[in-house]
Amino acid sequence: MANFRVNGVEYRLDVEPEMPLLWVLRDELGLTGTKFGCGIAACGACTVHVNGSSTRSCVTPVQAVEGADITTIEGLAEAVNGTAPDAPALTRVQQAWIDYQVPQCGYCQSGMVMAVTDLLNNNPNPSDADIDRSLSNICRCGSTPRVRKAIRSLVSA
Amino acid sequence: MTISRRRFLLSTAVIGGGLLIGYAATRPSRHRVANETLAHNGQRFLTTWLRIDPDNRVTVYVPHSEMGQGVHTSLAMMAADELDADWELVTAEQAPATDLFANGDLITGFASEFGLPSFLQPILAASSVKISQLVNLQTTGGSSSVRFTGEHGMRNAGAAAREMLIACAADRWGVPAEQCHTQLSHVHHNASGRSLAYGELAAAAAELEPPENPRLKQPQEFTIMGKAMSRADIPPKVNGSAQYGIDAYSDDMLFAAIRIAPVFGARLVSVDASEALGRRGVQRVIELEDSVAVVADNYWRAKEALKLVKAEFEQTENDHVSSADIWAQFDSDLAAGDGKKDKEVGDTKTAMSEASDIIEASYRVPYLAHAPMEPMNCTVHFHDGRADVWTSTQDNLGIRGRVASVGGLDENDVMMHPVYLGGGFGRRLPFNWNMIDHATLIAKQFEVPVKTIFSREDDMQQDYYRPAVASNFRASFDTNGNVSAWENRFTGPIQTPGAAHIPYAIGNQSIRVVDSETHVPIAAWRSVDHSQQTFFTESFIDEVAHRAGRNPYQFRLELLSEHPRHRRVLEVAAEGAGYGQNLPDGHAMGIAVQESFGSIVAEIAEVSIDENGQPRVHRVTCAIDCGRAVNPDTVEQQVESGILFGLSAALYGEITIENGAVVQANFPDYNSVRMAQTPEIQIHIIESGEALGGLGEPATPPIAAAVANAAYILTGQRIRELPFKNHDLSRSTPVAQR
Repeated sequence: MANFRVNGVEYRLDVEPEMPLLWVLRDELGLTGTKFGCGIAACGACTVHVNGSSTRSCVTPVQAVEGADITTIEGLAEAVNGTAPDAPALTRVQQAWIDYQVPQCGYCQSGMVMAVTDLLNNNPNPSDADIDRSLSNICRCGSTPRVRKAIRSLVSA
Repeated sequence: MTISRRRFLLSTAVIGGGLLIGYAATRPSRHRVANETLAHNGQRFLTTWLRIDPDNRVTVYVPHSEMGQGVHTSLAMMAADELDADWELVTAEQAPATDLFANGDLITGFASEFGLPSFLQPILAASSVKISQLVNLQTTGGSSSVRFTGEHGMRNAGAAAREMLIACAADRWGVPAEQCHTQLSHVHHNASGRSLAYGELAAAAAELEPPENPRLKQPQEFTIMGKAMSRADIPPKVNGSAQYGIDAYSDDMLFAAIRIAPVFGARLVSVDASEALGRRGVQRVIELEDSVAVVADNYWRAKEALKLVKAEFEQTENDHVSSADIWAQFDSDLAAGDGKKDKEVGDTKTAMSEASDIIEASYRVPYLAHAPMEPMNCTVHFHDGRADVWTSTQDNLGIRGRVASVGGLDENDVMMHPVYLGGGFGRRLPFNWNMIDHATLIAKQFEVPVKTIFSREDDMQQDYYRPAVASNFRASFDTNGNVSAWENRFTGPIQTPGAAHIPYAIGNQSIRVVDSETHVPIAAWRSVDHSQQTFFTESFIDEVAHRAGRNPYQFRLELLSEHPRHRRVLEVAAEGAGYGQNLPDGHAMGIAVQESFGSIVAEIAEVSIDENGQPRVHRVTCAIDCGRAVNPDTVEQQVESGILFGLSAALYGEITIENGAVVQANFPDYNSVRMAQTPEIQIHIIESGEALGGLGEPATPPIAAAVANAAYILTGQRIRELPFKNHDLSRSTPVAQR
């Protein structure tokens, strides 16, 4: 049995310990906001937070997150803003993504938003070099210029 | 809480209550209208794509897929502007995949540009296809949505609906229609101070026949077009709620992983699935003509079990083909024949024989995969003699027909559920069927929904590729040092007529294509033939300029005397880039300009060479003349996107063949530009007022040549084969700047 929390909900699942967290989320829990991109941690589309840290779920066996607190894109706003009735429905990163019209096809953006959120948690004032080093997510549409602009808007704010 | 799987059920697209204007029973059938359009080029296609509800909300039905190009927003803007709708009340929906919503404007648009595009031709070649299928079009490709569907269809639909609403209001008030005007979803009669909301008029208006030639606005009358509007598809894309094809989900769903013959065209010979069948969750192992699939209750379980399946594929004559063989074939075919005429002007032979100098060069670009972020996938649910389909596709109607044909159903019994696309770039055009066929045949064996997913490796190795092309050039100078002839022989097939043509005033031109087929399946890739040909022509014209001892920018301008729009984009880009001004040490600028899909684009890349001998692109300045910008922010997005897509390909992209099969498997060996390699991009939109140009593709072609032309100035090395990663630019001699 695998035991962990996803977006504040406790789960106890009968799945193989080596099943990647990505497929537990998508195929067992129906949490499809986390995306399958490459299966080998090369693209970052599957990024979730495990105990607050960016983790590529496609190569993370579920046994590695035993007892952990997992946040997916669906639960990010609640994790960041809390569950009070008047809590904003979007995080400031998500709002910046709308303000700067960052996503195109959007498929990589769940992972991108999770990675950027973690980056800003650890480094509230990242330089361009920090951004380059920390964000290796692939976006085939080419949203990266706007990702940088949106992050800069959060840094200077 | 213990949970197996529960979540939302598969959703169903339903057109809710309200009125679809223009669907009066007396309307000629859409089939007939569209057929007439197909039969007579240039004929006006008239229908409405608008629904107005009693609460005054407007829904625009967009017959195109949303893959991040913002089409649901920009087409809604075009209809809403002509309708004089209150933009706050307007939403867009993807048009259902039914005959009624076939998009004849595409045929009209493409036919007027260059005849039917190659990706539509297979449907014409299939003589057994019903005439109705010829126009079963909801294709999103050819940078066509705004300039064809929007400009021909959506604006007319909005304008026609507006006139119908005015007619109803005038009738109700007993006043002449000319005394009424419209604003913010209301009809007003100033003289009497009366007004009615569109929602109050829609029911009566729907009884009218839409006018054939409604008056369209002049640009100065636009209230919505030309403004940067937020894209409607973005909010669901920041919180995980956007539904892509791969997100179709139900409690009883099964998942299929597939192994297709690695050598294209090989058939499956035998399968030993004994080790896979006992695995947890595995339901069945399915043998198809060219593949074997494992179906399980979870994709990972299916994929793990598939690893245990032993499959033998037949040997083919291509089992030993490598990229080296393909290049050798191209070279020998180019050497053996003069090919077919693409363009002939003047007398190239004589000009060459009288030349004072001749410059020659041979270029090559490799096969490329599309590699959209969402791997190919398709969910099909056969039930009750029908099928429901969820798949990210650039043509829902095309896929409906294909699923029906492969699944043995009438196409009216196939229900396509519109979803967002996680990238397309040409991979998800109709005729790139493999995923659709596999998923349909697999799902047909079950009564529950089955989602078939290509792994990234399947996606990369079972694509329909951007063709590899070899291109040989010669150019001559006359005794005065002017360019007298341009000769080009390249390997075909031609997918985009005219892509190898040049805008430069060279009196003698001989451009010919030598078809050289291989076993590698090919298809359209963002910007189609322009992606190869612009690298060739804009690199070689640069070589010619340097050989003439001329500045490549001035040289181009002089040869573009008859192309003022080309000159303009070059001048605007040069000014924006600060071309000719001092640059940091070790930096240089390269230029390229190209017209494609009705837009003209100049790009100037500022480049240095990094410690690994690779180009580092610091800044790209782009000027684009797309006629007019409908949603300027979307224009900029598409330009950024096009440049980075082209840059990824130029720097890293290559699909190579060994033993008949694709070598590359995943992103490490088919890399993309990421944050660290992303240049600063400056965009200048030129509103020339000419016919609308496309946006999804035109920014892609020039970037490879722009970077290569800059690299030449820095290093003296002329890059004639892509990608850059195969070259070492570290030891080299800079060229004196002119």
